[in-house]
Formats: sequence, C-alpha cells, structure tokens
Amino acid sequence: MKSEQPVVYPYIPNSVPAIKRQMLQEIGAQSIMELYEDIPQRLRQTARMNLPPALLSEHELRRYIEGLLARNKMPGEYLSFLGAGCYQHFVPAICDEVNRRGEFLTAYAGEPYDDHGRFQALFEYTSMMGELLNMEVVNVPTYDGFQATATALRMASRLTGRSEVLLPASMGRDKLSMVRNYCKPDLDLRLIGYDLHSGQIDLEALRAALSDRTAAVYLENPAYLGFLEQSAAEIGEIAHRYGAVFVVGTNPITLGALAPPADYGADIACGDIQPLGIHMNYGGGQGGFIATHDEEEYVRQYPNRLFGIAPTIVEGEYGFGDVAYERTSFARREEGNEWVGTMAALWGITAGVYLSLMGPQGMAEIGENLLARSRYAQKKMAEIPGVSVPLFAAPHFMEFGVNFDATGKRVAEINKALLEHGIFGGKDLSVEFPELGESALYCVTEVHSQEDLDRLAAALREVLA
Amino acid sequence: MIDAHLESKAYPPIKKPGLRRFHQARWDEPIIFELSCPGARGVILPGIEPGIRQVVGDPLESIPTRLRRRLPPRLPEISQPQVLRHYVRLSQENLGADFNIDVGQGTCTMKYSPKINDQLAFSPHSSELHPLQDQDTVQGILEVMYRFEQILKEISGLERFSFQPRGGSAAIYANACIIRAYHASSGQQDQRDEIITTIFSHPSDAACPKTAGFKIITIYPDEDGYPDLQALKSAVSERTAGLMITNPEDTGIFNPRIAEFVEVVHAAGGLCAYDQANANGLLGISRAREAGFDLCHFNLHKTFSSPHGSGGPAVGAIGATQELARFLPLPLVSFDGNRYRLDYDLPESIGKVGSFYGVPQVVLRSFAWVLSLGADGLREAAEIAVLNNNYLLTKMLKIRGVSAPYARGRRRIEQVRYSWEQLAKETGISSEQIGLRAADFGVHYWTSHHPYIVPEPCTLEPTESYSNAELDEYLAILEHVAGEAYTNPEIVKSAPHNSTVHLIDHTALDDPSLWATTWRAYQRKICMKPINGEG
Amino acid sequence: MAEKKLGLIVNPVAGLGGRVGLKGSDGEAIQRQARARGAKPQAGERAERAIRRLASHRQTFQLITYPAEMGEVPARRAGLAAQVVGAIQPGRTTPQDTQRAAREMQELGVGLLLFAGGDGTARDIYAALGEGMPALGIPAGVKIHSATFAITPEAAGELAAAWLTATIPTRSAEVMDIDETAFRQGRVSARLCGYLRVPFRRNLVQAAKSPSPAGEEADQEAIAIEVARRLQPGWCYLLGPGTTTRAIAAHLGLEKSLLGVDVICDGCLIARDVDERQLLEVIEGRKAKIILTPIGGQGHILGRGNQPISPSVLQKVGPEGLVVVSTRQKIDALRGAPLRVDSGDPGLDRQLSGYTRVITGYGEECVYRVSNG
Repeated sequence: MKSEQPVVYPYIPNSVPAIKRQMLQEIGAQSIMELYEDIPQRLRQTARMNLPPALLSEHELRRYIEGLLARNKMPGEYLSFLGAGCYQHFVPAICDEVNRRGEFLTAYAGEPYDDHGRFQALFEYTSMMGELLNMEVVNVPTYDGFQATATALRMASRLTGRSEVLLPASMGRDKLSMVRNYCKPDLDLRLIGYDLHSGQIDLEALRAALSDRTAAVYLENPAYLGFLEQSAAEIGEIAHRYGAVFVVGTNPITLGALAPPADYGADIACGDIQPLGIHMNYGGGQGGFIATHDEEEYVRQYPNRLFGIAPTIVEGEYGFGDVAYERTSFARREEGNEWVGTMAALWGITAGVYLSLMGPQGMAEIGENLLARSRYAQKKMAEIPGVSVPLFAAPHFMEFGVNFDATGKRVAEINKALLEHGIFGGKDLSVEFPELGESALYCVTEVHSQEDLDRLAAALREVLA
Repeated sequence: MIDAHLESKAYPPIKKPGLRRFHQARWDEPIIFELSCPGARGVILPGIEPGIRQVVGDPLESIPTRLRRRLPPRLPEISQPQVLRHYVRLSQENLGADFNIDVGQGTCTMKYSPKINDQLAFSPHSSELHPLQDQDTVQGILEVMYRFEQILKEISGLERFSFQPRGGSAAIYANACIIRAYHASSGQQDQRDEIITTIFSHPSDAACPKTAGFKIITIYPDEDGYPDLQALKSAVSERTAGLMITNPEDTGIFNPRIAEFVEVVHAAGGLCAYDQANANGLLGISRAREAGFDLCHFNLHKTFSSPHGSGGPAVGAIGATQELARFLPLPLVSFDGNRYRLDYDLPESIGKVGSFYGVPQVVLRSFAWVLSLGADGLREAAEIAVLNNNYLLTKMLKIRGVSAPYARGRRRIEQVRYSWEQLAKETGISSEQIGLRAADFGVHYWTSHHPYIVPEPCTLEPTESYSNAELDEYLAILEHVAGEAYTNPEIVKSAPHNSTVHLIDHTALDDPSLWATTWRAYQRKICMKPINGEG
Repeated sequence: MAEKKLGLIVNPVAGLGGRVGLKGSDGEAIQRQARARGAKPQAGERAERAIRRLASHRQTFQLITYPAEMGEVPARRAGLAAQVVGAIQPGRTTPQDTQRAAREMQELGVGLLLFAGGDGTARDIYAALGEGMPALGIPAGVKIHSATFAITPEAAGELAAAWLTATIPTRSAEVMDIDETAFRQGRVSARLCGYLRVPFRRNLVQAAKSPSPAGEEADQEAIAIEVARRLQPGWCYLLGPGTTTRAIAAHLGLEKSLLGVDVICDGCLIARDVDERQLLEVIEGRKAKIILTPIGGQGHILGRGNQPISPSVLQKVGPEGLVVVSTRQKIDALRGAPLRVDSGDPGLDRQLSGYTRVITGYGEECVYRVSNG
C-alpha cells in the first residue's frame, strides 16, 4: 500500500519533505539515492520489502500488540511452580522504578565522566554481590548464568594451563549444552556421576577422575535438581590437592541463609542474578555473575569488564574506570580473553537496587521464607499416595524433585491436568534425566502463600486420584 | 487610554546563548554503603504463616551447619525513600540517548527507543512469563517471535533466524560455532581452522571466532580505506573456514566489492558471515542474500531500536540460509498453521548458546518498531540515517582540523570515522581531549575501537532520530571546541569541567596493589580497614 | 612522589646538510660545507617546539640540559627554567659532547631523555646509554631511519607531557645508522646499531595507566609461542635481528645475538651473528626458513640491518621460506604504509612484493602489503 502523500514519521524528524530537500541542497546532492553510490546495482533491493502494513498510529500499534500479549497467561492468572533457572520472586516497586528510568535505560557507552551514575550503580552492584559472596572481585554482569559458568571454566583453564574439567552429571542439560559449545575448542568435559538416592556427587568417581590435567572441578550448590551438595567443602579440598580450580555455581537468593561458596573453599563463584529483583521476562531477565578473590592472576583472566573505584584530580571525588582494561577485547582485539560486548548491565543495576532494599535482614528472611514454604509444600505433597518427595534424600533449598512413578501417570499428563486447575506444575525431568523416571522439578518461593500450597496439594490429589 | 506597556518593556526579550550552559548533575553521591543505618529496612517480606510454621518448625534446621551462613552479609541497611533518592540521583549522572544528542556513538546506533514499545515490554503479560510455561499459555509471545523472524527474513533474504544470543558478540560467536559445525559435518574441522576478518570490523569479529578455536587472519585496508580484495585473495587457502566481516565497516564505507569477497571465500570452500551491526543505513536498500552471505546477525538493540540499557540486555539475532539453518541453536519458533511452538527438532543443531530463548522483550520492542514503520518507514529510516550522516560529514569537514580519511570525496553510509590529526598536529590536543571538552556542552563521542588505525579518531553516527537542528547544534559544539583547541587549549586539556566528575587518575586501575572492584576491596586496600567478621 | 627529571640534548648540527642539498651532516668537513652554503641549524628550533608543549607542566618537573645551543638556549626560548650542566665549545660541538651529556644526565637521575637530532644523534645516545633509560627523539635531521623518533617535534612534546603526568609504557625501538659515504653515492646501506627504550602513546586514557604486563613483551611472547609451535625437526631457521626474533629465541631458551643473524636448528643455536658466506655454508643442502621482522621506522623486512640475508641466501630458501613476524604495534605504527623489501636484487624484490602473512600473536596473523618501491 503506497501512500500518495509522503508520510512524516514521528520517530524520524527529518522525514519532513521540506527539510529533506533543504539538507540535500546543503550537501549538493540531488537525491538520497545518490548517497548510496558505493553500493553496486546488483546488490540493491529493487522490490519493496514485503512486510506487514504499517501501524502508523500509536493507538493501533498498542491495540495490536496488547491483543497478542493478551493471549499469554501469566503466573498470577495461574499458580506457577516452575523454576529450573528462572524464578518467580516478588519484585520491589523501586527496582522497576529505577530500571525503567530513561537515564539508565538509554545510556550506553559514555565515559566515566559523563556516565558516572551508571559506573557507580554497577560498582555498587558488584560491591553488594561481593558482600553476599564474601569475595572481592565481581564482574559487570555477563549474559546469563550459563555464560558465567562457561567463562569461569575457561578462566580456570587459562589459569592452570590445563584442559580437563569435571562437571556433575546432575547439572541441567541446557547449561551443559551451552558449556560444551563454549568450551569445545580447548577443554575436555567429563561428567561425574551422582548418587541416585541422595543426589550427591559420587566422591569416589571424582577422586578417580582428578589428575594433574584437571583445570577445574565444578559443582552447583544448590544443585540444578534442588538439593544441597553436602560434601562441598571436602570436594574443594580434593580439587586443591590436585592444583585444580574449585568453581561453584550458586543462586544468590539463597545466600542470606546459605554459606557462600567462598566459605567452603571456592576459587570462583558464579551464577545468575535473575532472582534479585528482576522479572522473569520469559527468560529475558537473566544476568551472569563471576566472582573471585582479589588475586592478580585471577583478575587478569576475566574477560568481562571490571569497574574499579579511583580518585579524580579533585579531592573528595569518587571516579570509576575499567580495571586492567588491556585484558578485554575492546583494547586488544583477539588477543584479549574471550570477548566482551553488550551484556546485561541493566539487570546488574537492578540487582543492586534489590540488595540495597533487602539488606542483611531481608536476605535472611527470604532465605527462611523459601526454606519454610518449600518444606511445607514437600510435606503436603508427601501425604499424597504415589507421590515420592523429595526425590533425593538430602537437604533442599527451594526446589525439589517429585517422583510420580508409583502413580502410574506421566508427568506430562499430570501437568496437563494441573493446567485445568490453573496450575503450572514443576518442570518435567523425564527427558532430561530418564534415570529419574517420571519426576518433576518443583519450585516454591516466597510468592506462594500457605493457601497456594494447600491448593497445589489438593489439585494434585485430585489429578492423581 | 495609552497602553503604557508599549512605551517601555520591563526587560528585553530573552535570548538563549549560542551553546547551552550545560552542567551535568553532580550529586557527590556517597557509595551506597555509606548510607547504611543499622536496623533500617527497605522492604518487608511476607511473614511465614503460623500454619506453615506448625508443620515445618525451624526451616533452617534442615540445613547442615557447615552450609549455613555464619554471619549476615554486610549489605547496606537503608530505608526505601533513601534508596530511591540515591538511585535517582545516580540516574541523573548519565548522558542517555533520551536526553542528549547522541550522535557521537558510532556503530552503537543510538536511535530513539520508542516509549510505547517499552511500555508494551513492561506489561505483565510480557514480563511475568516463565520460559517453561506450557506453550499453549504463551502463544502471544511465541507469535511475536515468529512474526519478527519473518520480518528479518524479508529484510535480509536469509531463511531462518534465532534470537538466542544475548548480544551482538554472542551472535558472532554462535555464527562461528555454526561455521565450525558445518565443516565438522564434512570432516574438515581440523583442516579448516582459519577465519578471515578485517581490521575495521568490530573487534568481536576476531575475538569471538578465536574463542571458538579458530586462528584469525586479519586483512588491512587498501589506500582508499576499502577492504583489500587482493589481500583477501592472498589470505584464502584450503585452511579457510570462513570470513566474518562488518559492512559497511566502522569507517562508514560500504565495500562495493563485497560480493566478490564472498565469492573468493566460497571458492576456497569457506562460509561467509555478515556482521550487520552497521545495518541501519541499509534497511530495504541492500541485503545479505544478494551479496551471497551464508550467515548474518543483527543487533536488535542497535538497528531495531531496543534501548541499550546501560549495556544490555540485548539480542544478536542470527540468520542462516536454508542449508545452514539445521545448525542453528535450539529451540527455534515454528508455526503449523494453527499453533506456535518451540521447535526442538533440529538434530544437527549446535545446541544452546545461552539460556532459554534470548531476551524476548528485546524482540518484542523490535517487532513493534518495525510494525510502526512498515516497509516504507523502514526504508525511510535508512535513507534519513544516511542523509543525516552525509549532512554531518559535509559540515564536519568545514571545521578546522578535521578530516575524513579514505574514500575522499565520496559519500558514506550511516557513520563516518573522522580524524582530528590535523588539529592534533597543530595544537597538540588529542581526540579524547576534544571529546571530554564536548561533554561540557552535554554531548559525547566515541573515538574508535583499538587499534587506532585512523589517528586521533572520532566516529559519529547520527541515525535517523535527530533533527537537522540538533545536528547543527552538535556541529556547533564541536566547532566551538575545535576553536578552543587553537585559541584556549588549556580549557580543553583540563576538561571535563561540567561533567559529574573530573579527570580520573587511572594509576589505581592498573596496579594490582591498588585496584578495587568492590567496596570491601577498597576498604581493605585503600582505607586500610581490617575486615571484621567474615572474609 | 619525587619530582620527575627530564633531560634535553640538542645536536646543533643535525639536519644541517639537508636544506642545502647535502645528505646528512656528519663530519666537520660536511658541516663547514653546509654553513658555507648558508645552512642554518634546525635542531634548536625543533627542540623549542617540542618542549613548548611542557610549559603548562613547568611546576611539576625539573629540566636538565647542556649549555648554549645544546639545550640551554632552546629551553630559554620555550620559556622553561633549566638546570644547565656540563661544558662545551659553542659552535664546535661533537658526538662526544652528546654522549657525555647523556651519561651525565643519567647520573643525575633523569627519567626521560629528549634528544633533538637524526640517526647519528640516536646512535650517540645509544652508545652512551644502551637500552636502559627511556629516551625519545625530536626529529631534526635529514635522514630518519631509526624508530626512536616521534613523528613531529610537537608529538615528542606531547609524549613527554604524558610521561610527566603518569607512567606510560615503553618499547624497544631500533637505532639505525646509514653509511653516509655510501648514501651520498646513491646507495642505501643501513646498519642496525641497537635499541633504545622509547615511550609510546596509546590514547589518553590508556596512556595514563601504569604499564601492564599486556605490553609489547606479552605480544612478543605470544608470537614466540606460535612460532615455536611451527618449528619442524631437521629444518634450519634463520633469525634476523629484532626484539621479536630475540623473544622467539628466548622462548626456546636460546640467547640470540642482539644485532646479527643467527641460525636455529632442532632447538639449538647452530650459528650466531654470521655473515652471508657463513649463512650459505650453514644452509647448504638443508631445508631452511627465514624468520624476519620489520626493522627501522619504515617497516623494512629486508634491506635494513639484516644484510647477511643476501639475495643468494634468499634464492636458496625461496620466497615461500620467508616467515614474517611482527607485533601489532609495529604494524599499526606503519599507518597504512606497506612493509618494504630492499634486498639489493630488484628482480627478487619484485617477486617478494605483493602480500605477505605476518604472525602477530598466538593463533593470529594478518595479511599485509609488501612493497619493493
């Protein structure tokens, strides 16, 4: 549909025809197409692009998109017990207030002088994460927790000069896939088995697999499947005996109640910050953190930006800048470590806001909350015939496996039936971990009231009857 | 009756000064820990119901002692309004595209991010979705992703797209993985271990394939600043896995022989990946397909208007020809005529390059942006971006001390890399210093990636979002600062004066005994405070 | 922090010959000839232009210089107070004065030495200091082949200013010397004399940082690792002069001669600082490759400082046997100008011109133009 009148677009100030003409005149060109002189004819698009008709009015645009979005059902309209890397927590209003401000939303790559606020906000984020993790160096966020793990493993390899990495077989398959992709050229990944009863890493197998070729031993605490690795400290010690780096993935929301990995010997801690005041965003709210102690050799392995505090020429003024900038690919192209680019800074700022609102008391309280509600749900579900919960005989945090083998029903059926009750059941693990039979990963957070949990139990009871 | 006011005015008409008397907010805001007051609370959590407590008792009991946190984290304790004030003040200490003439960030494409799109992205029906929800409950967002894929297919001419990479560099990495997988599928992965790129392409075109295990062969431009075809011919061999190239490059020069470049690499058995970070001037004008590319990527937070977010979240959408689509990361989004679904049926997929499906809100914003413009509007955006750029070019060249190296007398596409070399020779003032002084008037610019091939560089990309009056204002500022370089160099050398902070002493940032990336490190190393408690 | 000390030495006769059609200005005879033709000394004025850039920093450093036209006068003209040491015979300065001045300033604790002159002056500074104290040349002579000079006097001044305000990195830069007599007879014959440590500038932000390990040394180590990977048993590798080739040898645990051509085979140094005849003997009947790095300010991979690698040697090894290595900084410093070959055999040079691969790091190469012009 070509319009007779040239359209003047609200987003394109110089689409006013008179202005266009005037500008062309000032630069001595007859037409805009003249300006494309370097593009040969055979590379030019002749036909008009076949795109949906323009919704020139904002009203029509809003109506259309809102119409599409209305077909989505959100937790709120449903009761959701999904976790597995993306979590439904309460998001304080101030978090959204800050990260929706245009000043933060539209800033990008200014200097530390004129984008000082962004630098300070991110320095504060890394500082608060440092307190949570008991570590002194934290990166400006990378893409997500997957990337954090993958990069941490490559850092370990660069540090030790070795190429073998030991991973728990209980880790999520998506993360494993991504890590395989990322580590492919340089690293050999070996999976260490876990105990089907307790979920814990098989220590004997670990000991057998460790050698002077091991760059890193990786575990997650809490694990992907929700349980805690109780021998974490011991595993760290064994890793160190072989000169390997001990890398631990963790969920920051647990660290008000749980000991941070540094406390049991981790050299590198990593994970995802989405639980810290960031909406789920259909998976778009992820951000990765990597933390280490302040040792020069570790610092030099970070590929990401590290913001440091520095004095300015005026007394009493804080300034910020990149620490050891030469590391990153901006300065030295391919000779830098991996690469750095646009990642997840806004989520870092948001997580900082969250942590400052929560404070130590809030973090302790949410830890308690998550533990209490999760245990309550487990107890309630355990009363249902055929349901075996928790899947593993180990302490859990907020996620736990539930096994339905004795019910004779498959998780897929059960979840479909739960949908009718307005409930999103836990993630179906039967394809990812066939050895666990018909099991699902349930996640309970502070947004679930006792009523919600009772409703879950009742619905399950009905569905399984 | 005599109109007294016609006789004498109380004051003369107000005349705005030629250049804004800009001063950035300078709050001297303490670091948030310094606002802490023991006992203060920012938010309260829901209490645990007595019914729950009755059943579970002390929830912490179940955690083995050695895994329990011993001492509370030393996070700041602050009341809610104080947190808000703190962060709002920090927000004022930035120069975001919402309020400055952000034409100085070449290759970043700082165009207007329409607020309507942000509001749509914030709506709970977008922000409150869990990625693992039953797909019947997220048909809306899946449809957005599917439809936007169709749009990118039309824009690029390629066949299938994935939005899983969470940034431009992530997209380049994913494309490098696809190239790797392609050669592996014919058993040639050991033989074909070289990726060719150019020095003016984005640094990630080198860093990312290197991370994927390739050797990098960089070619330098010819005298006119175009990628050197002869050099490419000399560079290809049976070891060539592929070419990863940005076009136009960051100089704003379109390589007219790009199709020949692709042919040369294809003839050698390699694949070609098109880094379209600089696509803003080409929408509707020129496509990846006609140039013969096998892979491409777009930065949705650049060309497609999603806001930059202070450095993310973002999406690098990767596109592939039919032949290579089988390697794309999974899942893709498919439509069977009835229902949208996450498609995991890709046996040769490289697997995952990130969690879930990328950042759907960025896709949503991009989708809305394209819908609001349509084919004609997209083309207009590209054309005006190019018009604005050449307008800026014509006028920049009139400023004393500026040149635009390479392709002399020719037009550029959507950005230009200028050089202040002449001014530097005559005054000793560097490009960085010019940029810092420009910040005193409320604008900034980016010099260049490293290495600086163009001396004293300055890379400007006006996009289509700024009016000619705003471009004139930007020019007036640079002209003024350039003039000061000659007549009042000290004020330039000691800039910035009106920014939030002054010149930073970088010694601390490269010295391992002094650097501090967290407050606790700063306390220990600089303030010499012992860490009590943990740590 | 102790006040920084900057030294200034001006070679008053540098550049004397150029303007009046004489090449170079070494030797009293040439100087007399030049003055007879009305030549006026250039170096003093160039030095003044350079140090004028430091006027705004005058409170922060101490300038130490030699008397009269060897620095005192240009300093005064530039408006800078200077501590004057040493003694000379004005109007009759010699290379020995330059060397003495450099040594005296070193003893006085000068941190950076600025010298105005040409290749000959650089040679004298090197003779006095070796590769120790940082030095930077203010170009003032006719022939500048050494890589130790800033592009312009003003640029030298800016670099010195950057050094005053922070710590900036240094790199090794070749000191070249052209045979004057041959030069005046139309032949170019260059000798590599040694290296000076020269400050270099990245952008302002980088320049203000303390030297990080990721400086030139790290790049050279990366190149060394890459090259070491490619060495094959039974092959001879001829290593031309240069700090990068020196780093390759060091990585293999071998000590390469500073200025000469050495030969490595199976991890051993089988020949050291050899001439053409010895080279031909060593590679007779063996498979060989030549590892070259650009020498001097104009990017010569052949023809400056590596004379033993003669056309005969090159013919024996064949063009496919040439391996070029270079740090990125060196390539970037060419500012787009090509690498050069000047072997002495125009036919061979033509054959070698075109493009070459250059190893720039571990797993990294570039393809760069080579010119025989």
